[in-house]
This record gives sequence, C-alpha cells and structure tokens, in this order.
Amino acid sequence: MSRILAVVEQKDGVLRGTGREVMSAAAALAGETGGRADALVLGGPGVESTASELGTHGAASVKVASDDALAIYNPDGYAGVVASAVRSGEYEVVILSATGQGKDLAPRVAALLDVPLAQDVTSLSAGADGQVEIVRPVYSGKAFARIRINASPILATIRPNVFQPTERAGTGEVETVEVAADSGTWPTKVLGFTAAGGDIPDVAEASVVVSGGRGMRDPENWGLLEDLRSALGDSAGLGASRAVVDAGWRPHGEQVGQTGKTVAPKLYFAIGISGAIQHLAGMRTAGTIVAVNKDPDAPIFKVADYGIVGDLFEVLPRLTEEIRSLRSGE
Amino acid sequence: MNTIVCIKRVPDTETRIRIGGDGTSIDSNGVKFVLSPYDEIAVEAALRLKESTGSGEVKVVTLGDDSSQETLRTALAMGADSAVLLQGVVTQDGLATAKALAAELGEAEAPLILLGVKAADDDQQQVGPMLATLLGRPCATGVSRFNVEGDRVRCFREVEGGTEEVELPLPAVLTITKGEYEPRYASLKGIMAAKRKPLEARPAAEIESRLSIETLELPPERAGGRIVGEGPDAVPELVRILREEANVL
Ligand SMILES: Cc1cc2nc3c(=O)[nH]c(=O)nc-3n(C[C@H](O)[C@H](O)[C@H](O)COP(=O)(O)OP(=O)(O)OC[C@H]3O[C@@H](n4cnc5c(N)ncnc54)[C@H](O)[C@@H]3O)c2cc1C
Ligand SMILES: Nc1ncnc2c1ncn2[C@@H]1O[C@H](COP(=O)(O)O)[C@@H](O)[C@H]1O
Repeated sequence: MSRILAVVEQKDGVLRGTGREVMSAAAALAGETGGRADALVLGGPGVESTASELGTHGAASVKVASDDALAIYNPDGYAGVVASAVRSGEYEVVILSATGQGKDLAPRVAALLDVPLAQDVTSLSAGADGQVEIVRPVYSGKAFARIRINASPILATIRPNVFQPTERAGTGEVETVEVAADSGTWPTKVLGFTAAGGDIPDVAEASVVVSGGRGMRDPENWGLLEDLRSALGDSAGLGASRAVVDAGWRPHGEQVGQTGKTVAPKLYFAIGISGAIQHLAGMRTAGTIVAVNKDPDAPIFKVADYGIVGDLFEVLPRLTEEIRSLRSGE
Repeated sequence: MNTIVCIKRVPDTETRIRIGGDGTSIDSNGVKFVLSPYDEIAVEAALRLKESTGSGEVKVVTLGDDSSQETLRTALAMGADSAVLLQGVVTQDGLATAKALAAELGEAEAPLILLGVKAADDDQQQVGPMLATLLGRPCATGVSRFNVEGDRVRCFREVEGGTEEVELPLPAVLTITKGEYEPRYASLKGIMAAKRKPLEARPAAEIESRLSIETLELPPERAGGRIVGEGPDAVPELVRILREEANVL
C-alpha cells in the first residue's frame, strides 16, 4: 500500500487545524508503509496558499481544486471532485477529518467509489501483514472496535484532536486539479448560514472544552464559563450537558454526549455536570478531565483525572483568575 | 405526502456494555433494546409532516432479525401506518446496509426518506447519505427542522458554529438530528392500534459486508478519582498540577 490521499479542510485560504491532523496522519501512515502521501484541498480561488504548510506536514504533492463554486461546501460538488481525484490518482487509502463536513462528505464519496467507510477513527496504522488497522469507538465510546476494510481504497475519517500534527522540512509541490464545477447541476442549494456562538471553535474541534451543566443554575451564569473559556485561549470552546440544552439555556450544537457531540479535547472541564453515562459517552476519550461539583459522590469524579469538590460559583472565578495570571506571565 | 423512515434497533443508551464470548460483539444477555434515539426523532418528524398536511402515510423500514419487529411496533405505536422488516444481517458496513435498503426503497413512491443522523450502536453516521447517493437523490444531513414547499424541501442543518439552510428538490433523503421534533410517547390507544397495523417481513437483498470486526474491547478504565481539594482554595494546586504534571496549560 503506497498511495495515500489526505482530503484537508481550509477556511478562507487558511488550513484548518483538522487539516494539519489529517495530513500528518496520512504522512505517518505513508512513512510506515514506505509510500507517499498527497493532499487534496478544495475551495475558492486562492486555496493553493495552503500548499506550503501542507508540505511541512508531509504532503508530497498538493492537489488543488479551486473554483468559485467550491468556495463554500456543497456536498454534491465536493463528493464528485473527491471521488474523481481518488480514481485518477489511484489512491489506496483516503483520509478525511471527522468534522461535520468530513462526516457528511465521506459517505457520499464511499458510495460513489463503492467502498466501505470507517467514521470517527481514533487509530490508524499499518498492520504486520501490510493491511491498515483501524480502531473506532462504538456504542458512543463505551467500546472500541478494531476493524479491517476488505476493499480498496480504504476510506476513513479521523476524529479531531486525536492525531498529533507533525512537521518536517519540505514543501508540497502544487498540482492543479481540473474541476468540472458545474454548480447548476448540483441539486443541493446552500441558501445561507447563521452563526451561533460568535468566533469560538466548535466544541467538537476545540482543543480545550469548558462544559456547564444544570449546576450552573441559570443561563445568565454562563458569563462565568465564558470567562474561563476566554482565559484558556482562542482554541477553547464551550460545551453543555443535555439537561441545560433541553432547558433551552444553550444551543444543541454545544451538547456533549450520546445525543450530542463526541469530543476528544486535550483538556475538558465539567462544571456542575453530574456525569450521567450518556454525557460520559461524549467526552471520555478527552486527554485530561477536570470536574468541579459540590457533590463528592457525583459520578463525574470517577472519570475525572482531577476534581474539586465545592460550589462552582466560588471555584470558577478563582480558576479563571489563576489561569489568566498564569498565561499573562508567559 | 408519503414518507419512509429507516429505523434501527439498538441497545438502550443506559446499557452497560459487556463484550461477548467471541470477542467481536457485545454480550446481549439482559440488554434492553430500543428504537435508536435519532430514529425516534425522525419518526416524529414524519408524523408531524403527515399531520400538518393531513394526508399521506408513514412507513417504517428496518434491516434486522426478527427481534426488530418489536422496534417496528414501537414506531407503529407512535403513529406510523405500516412497517417492513427486511430480514438480514446487520454489520458495521454502512454501505452494505444502504444497499439492502436501496434495493427495497428504489421503487417506493415516497418523496421523502428520513433516517437518524447516526445509529446509537455503530455511530457510523453514514447510511443516510450513502442511501441517497445509491438512489441518485440529494441528501441533507443533521437536519434539525425542515419545511416542504411544493416540490422542494428547505432544511435547517446543524453545522459547526451555527445553522445552515439548504434547499433540495424532491424526492430527497434527510438525516434528522435533535431540534424541532421532540418524540411523543406512544399512547395506550396507539399501542393497541399498532398490533393491528400491517407489518410485512421478507428477506433482504443479500449483500456482503466488507468491513470486519477483528476485536471489540472496552476502553481502558480512566484511573480518575483524584480529588485535589475542596472549594476555591484548591484552585492554585489544581492549576499547578494541570501545568506541571498533566502538561495541559
Ligand atoms: C436517550 C438519552 C440520551 C441522552 N443524551 C445525553 C447527551 O447527549 N448529553 C448529556 O449530557 N446527557 C444526555 N442524557 C441525559 C443524562 O442522562 C443526564 O440527565 C444529563 O447529562 C444531566 O445533566 P447535568 O449533569 O447537567 O444535570 P444533573 O444531573 O442535574 O447534575 C447537576 C450537577 O451539578 C451539581 N451542582 C449543583 N449545584 C452546584 C454548585 N453550586 N456547584 C457545583 N456543583 C453543583 C450537582 O451536584 C449535580 O452533580 C441523555 C439521556 C437519555 C435517556
Ligand atoms: N439496519 C438498519 N435498518 C434500517 N435503518 C438503518 C439501519 N442501520 C442504520 N439505519 C439508518 O441509518 C441511520 C444512520 O445509521 P449509521 O450510519 O449506522 O450511524 C440510522 O439512524 C437509521 O435511520
């Protein structure tokens, strides 16, 4: 197995964090198997600006599909471009991000290429027999399945924040992909987008997540969580338990758990969250879990690496203050 | 307007998962099975569409073994009109599932096919857009609300950072997420009526799975449980640990 394609996401000509992860994962697999990893980037005119960065993450060649019609994600348009790039490049492994976009796109590509798909993969490596070994969570993270795909190409999306970006010296050589972006024939029309939470990263992609539960008592109190989040920096996002989403305090887009998002940030704060099994399902693969809860027997403490027992209304401001002063001292 | 909803039987989300003797599947002894949560929401969405237009039928379809009849009856009790059980083996290969469903639904005259955004067991999040692609129909995923307007459907999708609005021509396939359609409880009358509603069972098209499970394992237990202290006075120590021991600040 030698030819690997990373389908990377960009925004306004800037490579997204998950794009670095996909490229690095592809390069690592290529390293293990003695193959080569290329990148495919789709977007409006100017997206070739991502090429040199992709090169440093291991892209031998960067295929650029740029067209005004590809400036925003359209599933019909994107699936066609990706499938034809995979066919013409004769790729044997194709990796995408398990972001909202990647998870929408990959199944369509799979159906066009007539191959199975593994979504939300947490480990991807070359097995002893040269096969690709894939591990993915099932039962919302209550179990992990080691799987094999008996078809070519092997198609997978990888969970954000799990694969570390790696760098090397090198620049990707740019290769322009001719796209027949005849948007008139795409049945899906994207009409508009309403931003929910301002300019903070989505909870599924943020590398640090601050989540609040019913213990926050009132939606007015979310300012306290937002203060902690902003003290933690630009890559921190906000999450919520289902109890507070059901109460209408927070949008469903922030819900972590079985019927919300699955997140794997390097640091997760559970503030006033009891730790019900359905919530744990969404965050148990986080790197480090911190819990603040006034109930010493709350189940969240069984999975938290570190806990503080106490009233969150006293602990939170202090935590924000300490983290702020730590970071300003750097 | 006729609507078809694809539904799946899955272990209850409260279930503690134990690995079965074969090491590749769960031990289903004592496990309670339910209609997958997002599929329940999709059934609700279909029922509301029927109620608001005052016409059409809601048909639920599942690929599974005979125990899935119970799941179909749950949907019938909520208010679906008819049910089809495609008897076959369910695997993690969503494309094989999509092909079996496509073989059944290719001819069906339903302008809308609804699915859950993901099934609560395999979490593959793929059968909907695969089915749509196989049928040559457009598909919107993660739809929290939709309106049928003539021969088109306008959908509100939950995407990263907000809500996206898309429009698709009918016939179309939608995968439904939480939002507008809080599922109803089946009434006693509904449960009684469900027993007499049509439920057809027939063998599914045989499609080979090309995704094999080598092993299934429980996640490593999180060591957990280290209480740093009580109240705000414990904060400096927590911050020190996060910085110096966990290396995450
Ligand atoms: C099918 C299904 C799917 C579900 N999916 C999800 C899901 O995706 N995500 C999810 O989160 N849940 C989900 N749930 C719900 C889940 O079972 C719990 O009900 C929910 O997670 C509880 O939310 P919570 O922890 O915010 O509230 P609670 O359980 O009420 O916990 C509040 C916590 O705050 C603490 N507290 C209160 N006041 C203070 C204070 N002043 N200082 C410090 N601590 C305080 C309390 O001790 C308590 O532990 C699902 C349930 C079902 C049946
Ligand atoms: N065996 C099945 N029978 C009918 N519908 C299914 C089946 N498996 C999955 N689906 C549908 O596809 C959706 C997504 O499943 P998945 O891609 O496995 O996460 C589910 O919510 C169901 O609506």
